Amino acid sequence: MPLLWLVLTVLALAAAGFFVARQRALASAGGEARKLHSLPSYYGFNAVILTIAPAMALIAIWAMAEPTLIEWRVSGAIPESVAADPGARSLIMADVRRIAEGLNTAVEQGALTAEQARDIGGNIAEVRAQLAELGILLGSDVQPEVLEAAQSYRALGTTGNTALTVLALLLAIGGFAIAVMKSDSDFRARNSVERGVLTILVAAASIAILTTVGIVLSMVFETWSFFGMYSWTEFFFGLEWAPQFHGGSELGLLPLLWGTLYISFIALLFSVPVGLFAAIYLAEYAGRKTRAIAKPMIEILAGIPTIVYGLFALITVGPLLRDYFAEPLGFGTSASSVMTAGLVMGIMLIPFVSSLSDDIIGAVPQSLRDGSLGVGATKSETIKKVVLPAALPGIVGAVLLAASRAIGETMIVVLGAGASAQLDLNPFEAMTTVTVKIVGQLTGDTDFSSAETLVAFALGFTLFVITLGLNVLALYIVRRYREQYE
Amino acid sequence: MKDERLTERSVDMKDIKIAARGVQVYYGDTHAIKDVDVEIQDKTVTAFIGPSGCGKSTFLRCLNRMNDTIDSARVEGDIRLDGEDIYDPRVDPVQLRARVGMVFQKPNPFPKSIYDNVAYGPKIHGMARNKADLDDIVERALRRAALWDEAKDRLQAPGTGLSGGQQQRLCIARAVATEPEVLLMDEPCSALDPIATDQVENLIHELRQNYSVVIVTHSMQQAARVSQKTAFFHLGHLVEYGETGQIFTNPRDTRTESYITGRIG
Repeated sequence: MPLLWLVLTVLALAAAGFFVARQRALASAGGEARKLHSLPSYYGFNAVILTIAPAMALIAIWAMAEPTLIEWRVSGAIPESVAADPGARSLIMADVRRIAEGLNTAVEQGALTAEQARDIGGNIAEVRAQLAELGILLGSDVQPEVLEAAQSYRALGTTGNTALTVLALLLAIGGFAIAVMKSDSDFRARNSVERGVLTILVAAASIAILTTVGIVLSMVFETWSFFGMYSWTEFFFGLEWAPQFHGGSELGLLPLLWGTLYISFIALLFSVPVGLFAAIYLAEYAGRKTRAIAKPMIEILAGIPTIVYGLFALITVGPLLRDYFAEPLGFGTSASSVMTAGLVMGIMLIPFVSSLSDDIIGAVPQSLRDGSLGVGATKSETIKKVVLPAALPGIVGAVLLAASRAIGETMIVVLGAGASAQLDLNPFEAMTTVTVKIVGQLTGDTDFSSAETLVAFALGFTLFVITLGLNVLALYIVRRYREQYE
Repeated sequence: MKDERLTERSVDMKDIKIAARGVQVYYGDTHAIKDVDVEIQDKTVTAFIGPSGCGKSTFLRCLNRMNDTIDSARVEGDIRLDGEDIYDPRVDPVQLRARVGMVFQKPNPFPKSIYDNVAYGPKIHGMARNKADLDDIVERALRRAALWDEAKDRLQAPGTGLSGGQQQRLCIARAVATEPEVLLMDEPCSALDPIATDQVENLIHELRQNYSVVIVTHSMQQAARVSQKTAFFHLGHLVEYGETGQIFTNPRDTRTESYITGRIG
């Protein structure tokens, strides 16, 4: 049974379960809802949860695990004589998948009957021609072993599908039956629904956590294989970034890290004071009408795609800085510079700092302001000595969040600061960042067994560790210095 | 001996500290205070009583211009502190609030140490020449607020870590540290238990030696215990104002009588 139909059947069963269980519970109480332990609809929802949850969990796990399992079985069955090394094997597996899908399409479209598709093995040239007719082109002549593998691929898929359908329906029907049997006036359906809801919520939280773990693990494996090819001391302490695709590359992290930190530093130097002062104005001084207009205006900045900021850096800020600062002051003639990218990134970060800080300042209780004004402090004294210290942990959190954004930013750097990796103190010199080089190493022709490509994962993992460290630091600061208002 | 009699007489003379004439307060379109006249005497505790929403807190906040911080509030009329109009454009409301201190309904210590809470006002107003001077001011204020014995060993501990009653006394210490002439208290005991209330009330007795104290309270027993003068507010009007004893035993207005006997409010 196709997946969609299976899901719809389970849903229909659940809907039926709702009414049957509700009805049965009501009947057991002689139609008087007051004699039931729970409201009648709880019996219904209990049936819905018991019918849907196990079946759907099975379908989800199956959908994730099945392709890998079949792939593994089929790939293992291909003899060594056909697929000599892992590269050739993966090419052949691609062919296998294509033939199998092609045959399935042919059956669906009625070009072949199911029996013909199964027995086609005898006539290999014909397979190729027939699939070509359906728009599926095969690279080389189809070898008998490959066709055989494709047939077993199809067979496994069909068997798996049948097994899934049967199992899922059994689970759904079982859940349905249990729920309906239990539905009488003494059954505590309300508590049972409570447990079901808890399970669903825990499952949702686990998905988020497991995804994070998955991302980290995939990075760790690729990084690990990179360090198998390239010495970690040279990566972490190398002062030169010069990848060569014919080998002998210098893959030093420091120039990139320096560019990242330098640009982020300038961006924060610009955005933190501006954002914070804007937040103080909005939270403490602006009238309600000004605030209603100004706050969304500032937040529009956050909605501009970073590539547009990049264009702004490329055609406006860069030439402006070069013509009015860099050239007259003798700092260089480059329009792409750390300063350009830093300033534009700073503009991008203003709403992050101001919006969060504004909320945090607004959360400082009015009674503290009253207390300060009541002893004769001015408004700005009150803000400086009472409101900001009380809001400080939150503001630090906002700044560190902005820092994480700055470190991960790519497009503004590409267009604003260029792509040349170098270690320099001059802010009007072109530099580049870790993220830009990750993109650089992974675009175009890539070979996932060379250090030049895998270095991208090492770079990404380094960035991940840095931003993770920043977040941990932010959490620590917030916890350590959190002021108790009440 | 002679000196003592002189000070007694100056207390007896009951100088007028704050004189309010025809005060009106509006919140947007709401007319919250209607034509209130009142004279508050020096070195006296004056209690404002009345049902919730009658305007007693609003009127209290007029006396140190705290209503300025509320955008929609508008004050009309004439309020004089020592004969000087406090709503005159030449008067600096910030300077005024240093002279007319305030203690709020809920204890609101700053999230700072006990010492810094009390030193806050004196530092802002440059009252201390050096650290030793500031230490003196802090000690004096804490002693006056009857908190010194409990707090002297933990001056650097956060003020928010004290108990509710201690926090309120800390706020009183903070208010008296700037040496105000008048102390306004907006239901200072409403968040406190009976023991802490008793301590604060004793404190009010002490403070009367030096200040004019105006206290808003919901508890008529408290008004009777701590005040010499009582003003009864109802629906934005000042209904009756007089000696506390007279208000509670022999009210002239029937509304006052109904309120203190528990029939309205």
